[in-house]
Amino acid sequence: MIPFILNNEDIATDLPAGTTVLDFVRYRKNLKGTKIGCREGDCGACTILVGELKDSRVAYRTMTSCLMPLANAAGKHIVTVEGINPQNGSLTPVQQAMVDESGTQCGFCTVGFVMSLTGFCIDDSEKTSEMAVSSIDGNICRCTGYKSIERAAEIVRRQLAEGGRQFVPEYFDTVYARLAKMRDATILTETRTAAVISNIVAGGTDVYVQKPDALPETKSSHVFYDDTLRGISDDGSFVEIGASTTVTDLLESPDMRSIFPDLYKHLKLVSSTPIRNMATLAGNFVNASPIGDMTVWFLALDADIIFNNGREMPLRKLYIDYKKLAKTDQEFIQTIRFRKPLEDFRFNFEKVCKRTYLDIASVNTAISLTVESTPGPGWIPPALSISDLGFGIADLDEADHKIRNPKSQIPYQQNRVDYKILSAHVSCGGVAPIPLYLKETSEFLRGQQLNAQTIADANEIMQAEISPISDVRGSADYKRLLLRQLFRAHFVELFDFDSTAAA
Amino acid sequence: MKNIDSKSHVRGESIYLDDIPLVQGTLYACVFDSPVAHGRLKSVRTAEAETSDGVVRVITAKDIVGENQIGGVVPDEPLLADDEVHFQGMPIAIVLAESEELARKAAKKITANIEPLEPVLDPRIAAANGDLIVPPKRFKLGDSDAAFERCDHVFEGRADVNGQEHLYIETQGAYALPSENGGLKVYSSTQGPTAVQRTVCRVTGLAMHEVEVDVQRLGGGFGGKEDQANAWAAICAVGVQLTKRPVKYALHRMEDMRMTGKRHPYSADYRIGLDKDLKIFAYEVTFYQNAGASADLSPPVLERTLFHCTNSYFVPNVSATAYSCRTNLPPNTAFRGFGGPQGMFVIESAIAHAAEKLGVKPADIQRANLIDNGDEFPYGQIAESDAITTWKQGDSKYDYAALQREADEFNASSKYFKKGVAMMPVCFGISFTKTPMNQARSLVHIYTDGSVAVSTGAVEMGQGVNTKMAQVAAEMFGLPIEKVRLHTTNTLRIANTSPTAASAAADLNGKATQMACEAIRDRLLEIAKPLVEAENVSDLSLHDGFVHRNGERTSLDFNTLVMDAHLQRVNLSEHAHYATPGIKFDWETARGHPFAYHVYGTAIVGVTVDCLRGRYEIDYVKCCHDFGSSMNTSVDYGQIEGGIVQGIGWMTIEEVFYDADGRLRSNALSTYKVPDIYSIPKEIAILPLETSRENLAVFNSKAVGEPPLMYGIGAYFAIRNAIKAYRENSPPGLRRVADASAAGWSADGVVLSFDAPFTPERVLLNLYK
Repeated sequence: MIPFILNNEDIATDLPAGTTVLDFVRYRKNLKGTKIGCREGDCGACTILVGELKDSRVAYRTMTSCLMPLANAAGKHIVTVEGINPQNGSLTPVQQAMVDESGTQCGFCTVGFVMSLTGFCIDDSEKTSEMAVSSIDGNICRCTGYKSIERAAEIVRRQLAEGGRQFVPEYFDTVYARLAKMRDATILTETRTAAVISNIVAGGTDVYVQKPDALPETKSSHVFYDDTLRGISDDGSFVEIGASTTVTDLLESPDMRSIFPDLYKHLKLVSSTPIRNMATLAGNFVNASPIGDMTVWFLALDADIIFNNGREMPLRKLYIDYKKLAKTDQEFIQTIRFRKPLEDFRFNFEKVCKRTYLDIASVNTAISLTVESTPGPGWIPPALSISDLGFGIADLDEADHKIRNPKSQIPYQQNRVDYKILSAHVSCGGVAPIPLYLKETSEFLRGQQLNAQTIADANEIMQAEISPISDVRGSADYKRLLLRQLFRAHFVELFDFDSTAAA
Repeated sequence: MKNIDSKSHVRGESIYLDDIPLVQGTLYACVFDSPVAHGRLKSVRTAEAETSDGVVRVITAKDIVGENQIGGVVPDEPLLADDEVHFQGMPIAIVLAESEELARKAAKKITANIEPLEPVLDPRIAAANGDLIVPPKRFKLGDSDAAFERCDHVFEGRADVNGQEHLYIETQGAYALPSENGGLKVYSSTQGPTAVQRTVCRVTGLAMHEVEVDVQRLGGGFGGKEDQANAWAAICAVGVQLTKRPVKYALHRMEDMRMTGKRHPYSADYRIGLDKDLKIFAYEVTFYQNAGASADLSPPVLERTLFHCTNSYFVPNVSATAYSCRTNLPPNTAFRGFGGPQGMFVIESAIAHAAEKLGVKPADIQRANLIDNGDEFPYGQIAESDAITTWKQGDSKYDYAALQREADEFNASSKYFKKGVAMMPVCFGISFTKTPMNQARSLVHIYTDGSVAVSTGAVEMGQGVNTKMAQVAAEMFGLPIEKVRLHTTNTLRIANTSPTAASAAADLNGKATQMACEAIRDRLLEIAKPLVEAENVSDLSLHDGFVHRNGERTSLDFNTLVMDAHLQRVNLSEHAHYATPGIKFDWETARGHPFAYHVYGTAIVGVTVDCLRGRYEIDYVKCCHDFGSSMNTSVDYGQIEGGIVQGIGWMTIEEVFYDADGRLRSNALSTYKVPDIYSIPKEIAILPLETSRENLAVFNSKAVGEPPLMYGIGAYFAIRNAIKAYRENSPPGLRRVADASAAGWSADGVVLSFDAPFTPERVLLNLYK
C-alpha cells in the first residue's frame, strides 16, 4: 500500500507503484483540473505541488505529475488545483491575478501556471520578480505570449511582500501532523532484490519519457526519497553528494554555492524548475545521454562515483559507448565525490540549444581550471588565422563587460596579470556517442600560459577528440563550430579583461 | 471585461474533450500508423492485436461502411491507407480496446508489409514532376515583363520558409456515442463542427441529420483543428458503427505531432524591380507550397499566399504564380495566417535583398511603397488603407530612427553582442476568400426567468469569441453579462457552420447574434410600449435591466417584461442569419472584392544577438495596430501579444525537422521548441489605432486573430540586421565572397540566404560563414 495525502484526503492505494501520479489523479480520483499536454515534463500542464516533511514543517515543491511514480508520493502531500480551490467558489490570490491580468486564454495550460505560482508563494525561494518568473519556467502557454502571465506573477510577488493574504486553504495547517503520523508507515520496506536493483527509478524525469508504457508494470526499486542516497557533505577536502540528490538540492546547497558562485546562472540553463525538483544527479549520469547537463558538469570536476558495493571509479570511465556503461546490472551509484578545489579555481558551464531555457543542449561544455597569476602585460592575442578563430578571443570591450556582468564588482580596467594553467578538466556533450571528458585537450592545457594561441591550439586538439553527427539538434558542422565558440566563451567568462587596448 | 471563462479556467473546472464524463462501456481507440513516408501497402497483420488483452475490434480500410475518404476540399485522402501509404504517420488500422493502455499495447503488435517507394519531400521536385494538388494559381496586375525593362534596379533571389507545428496544448481528440436508430453523437475538439459532421457522414454512410456534433471548447486550435480534427472523429464514428459502443480517442502528443499536418513550408523565387526613388515598380514571384500528401486546406492556403504576396505595399506591376505541390509529408493545413505569412516573408526578403544591395535601410523601401487609399491590390480590390497611418503613428510614438540609432551606437562599442532593428508593416484581408463561407447563424433564447442563452457557429478556443458574443447579447438587452450564457457549438442548434477560422468568427457570428437579439428586443419593446405609456417604440431602449423611455429609466424591469411577453405569447427566441455583404471573387479572372476590409498595422522589432554563441533575445516589439473599435481590449491585446510571440516562434526557434526518409524528428516537445517565458520580447508595446469605416464588423470592431502573428516576421529581419552589423565590423580577412549563385546578400559581400526560421544554428553559421 502506498499512503499519502491527496489534497485534503488520506490515500492508501495498492495500485502498481510505477503508475504515474497524473493518471492516478485524473482517471482514478477524477480530478480533471490537472491536464495532459505532453507526458514528458516539457509543458507543465500537469504541474502539482508535492509537500515533504522537512525539519519541523512541510516543504513544498512543484513537480510534473506525468513523470512521477506513485511510489514517490509515499508519505507526501500531493496537491492538485482541486486542493487549493477555495470551497466557496472564490479564487485564491494567484487565481485572481491570472484572471485580472487576462493570463488565461484557452485555459488548458492555466492550471499548471496556477500551481507553479502557488508553489512560489509557499516555497523557500527568494520572493523576487526574477524568482517569480523562474517558478513558471517549466510551463508552456501557446496562446497568451506570456506577457499577461508575467504581469500576474508580478502582482502575486507584490502581494506576497505585502503579506496578509491566504494563498492556500486552511487545511494545509493539518498536513504536518498527518504526514508525521504517516512517516513511520512509509519507511522503505522494499527489499532490494536483484530483480528490482536492475530497475532503479529515481526522479523518473528521463525514464518516464523513454518507457512510459512499460514502467507501471515493471517491478522497480524507487530510490527518490531514500535518505541514505540524499544530501551533500563537505569535509574540507572532498564534497560528497548522494546519488538521489536533485538539481534543486545542489542549487540550494550553501557548500555548492560557495564553490560555484555562478551556480544559479548555470543551473538555470538545466531543464526547468519542476524538473530540477525531480531530476537526480545519478539519474542523469546513468541515463548516459550524450548531452546530459549534469554529467558534463561533473566530468569537468573529474568527479568519482562510488557504487553500492563499494567500488569506486572516475565518472569519465563510466561511459563505454552510446548508452553503454562500465557497471554491472547489480551495481548502482550510491555517492558522487569530487575534490574540493583549494587554489585559484575557475569553473564555467556553457550550453546552447534551440531555446535557451527548458531545452536539451545542441552542445554543452564545462571547464574547471586552477590557475596561477603573476603580474604581467596581460593576455595579448597574437595574430590569428582567420579561418581558425575568426576574431580575437579576449578583445571584450567595456560594453560587453557591462552587459554580461551587470552586477560585477570587477572594474573594467583592471590590473593586468598573466595566467598559468595549473590544472584543467574540460568536458562536452552532444559531440560524441557519450558525454565526453576531453582528455587530450585537458592534458594539453595543463602547464600552459593562457593566451589566444593556447586556446587556438587547444581547439585543434578538441576538434580531433569529437565526432558529432547531424540530427534534430543540429548538423555536425554546426556542433563543431558551436563547441569552438563555447570553448572560447569559457575564457571570455572566466578571464574577463580587455586586451585590445594593450594590443 | 475579462474572458467569461477565466474563472473556471483558473479553478481547473473548464471541460475539454478528455474531461467529458464517460458513458459505461466506452472503448478506447489507438491508431497503427505508417512507419514509412511512402510505400505500397502489401498487407497488414492484425492477428496478434486482435487476440491481445481487452481488444474488442481491429479495423482496417476494408471494414469502413461508408466511403474511405476524408478529403474536404479535394477527395484525395483516405481515412485508412488501403493500397499505398503517403506519409509517415498515415493511419492504417484502428484498435478498439477496453482501456487506453490495452489499446496502445495492442496497436504495437500490428505490423504492415510495405514495399518502400522513394519519398518526395521537396516541393520544387514535386512541381518538376508535375505532381500538383490543383492547377497553378496566378495573380496579375499591370505588365511586369514590360515594367522590369524600365526599372533602375532589379534583384532576384530565392526565399525559403519552414512550416510550424501548431502545438495546441490540448491534443486532438474525439468521443463518439451511439444514439437512437443508428445515429451518432460526436464530441470533438474541432474548429469546424460541420466539417466533422460531414466527414463522419461520409465514412459511415449516415445522413447529416443523423449525426450531432458538439464542441464545448478547445485547448488551443490555431488552425490545426480546422480540417485536421476530422480524422479522429471519423475514427471514433467508424468504431461506434462497428461495435455499437461509445469510442473515445484522445491522441498522445507524439501521435498528434506525427500524424497531423502543420503550417506549409514554402520555397519561392522572386524578382523585384525598383526605380531610383526606391518605388517598387515590378514584382514577380513564384511560390512552391509544400502541401504534403493530400490537399487538406492547401488550395485555399495557396490562394491566401497570393492575396498577401505584396503585403502592405502597392506595386503597380505584379505577376505571382503559386504551385501546390504534393509531397510525402503529412497533409499540411491551416495555421494562423493561412498562407499569408509565407507570402509576406517572401516580399520582405526581396525588399531586404534590394536594400542591402542598394545600401539603404529596408525601412526606406518599405515606407516608400505603403499602399494608400484608392490603390489597387493585385486582385482588383481597391484599398481603404491605414497602412501609412499605422506606420506614421507607430513611428512618431516609438521613433524608429532613434531606436535604430541606439542600436548603431550600441553596436559600435560592443564586440560580441549586436543589436538589430526591423520594421514590419502588415496588411491582412478579412473574410474567407471562398465567398460562400462568409455566413453565420446565431440562436438566441430568453427564458421566462430573464436569463439569456446564445448558441452560435463559433468555437471557443481561447480567442474569447464567446466573451464577445455574450457582450453583444448583454449590450443588446441592456443586461449584465452574467445574465447571458454561451452554449456549446452544436450542429443540432446551429447547422451548416463555417469553421471558426479566418479571424472572422466574431465578425460573422457577432453580427448574427446582434440580429437575433435585435429581433427579440424589438418584439419586447413592442410589448413594453403600452406598459410604460410610450408613444413610439423608438423612444424605448433597454439598459441596466430596465426599460428606458427617452433615456429615462422606467419602473419596468427586464424580467417582468419578459414574463409579460411570454404570457402574451410572444416569441422569446430567434434564429438569425448573417452573410457578409459586398464581397465577391472570380477565380476565372482572379479579380474581385474578396475582403470585407483589411487590418493594418506596423511593428518595430528589436533584437540582441550574442555573436559568440549564436543565440539571441528579442528586446521589444512595438506596434501600432488598427483595431477599428475594439469590443474588448483585454481579449484583443491578448490576441496581439499571443500572435506576436507565435509569429516570432515561427521565425526563430520553431523548427519542423523531417529526415531524408520523411520521418518527423521534431516529434515531441523535447525536440520541437515553442517560445517559453524567457524567449519572448522583453517589451511588447501596443498603440491602438481607432479607425472608423462603413464596412467593419460587429459594433465597428475589426478582426484580430491572425494579423498580429505577422509582426513576428520582423524578428527574422532584425536578427539578420544584427548579424550584418557583426560581419561588417569583423576583421576584413573574415569577409569572403561566397557562391554568387546562391540567394541572399549581406553588405560585406558574403551570401546570407533567406531561409527561415533563424534558429541559433543558422545564426551561428551565418555569423561565421
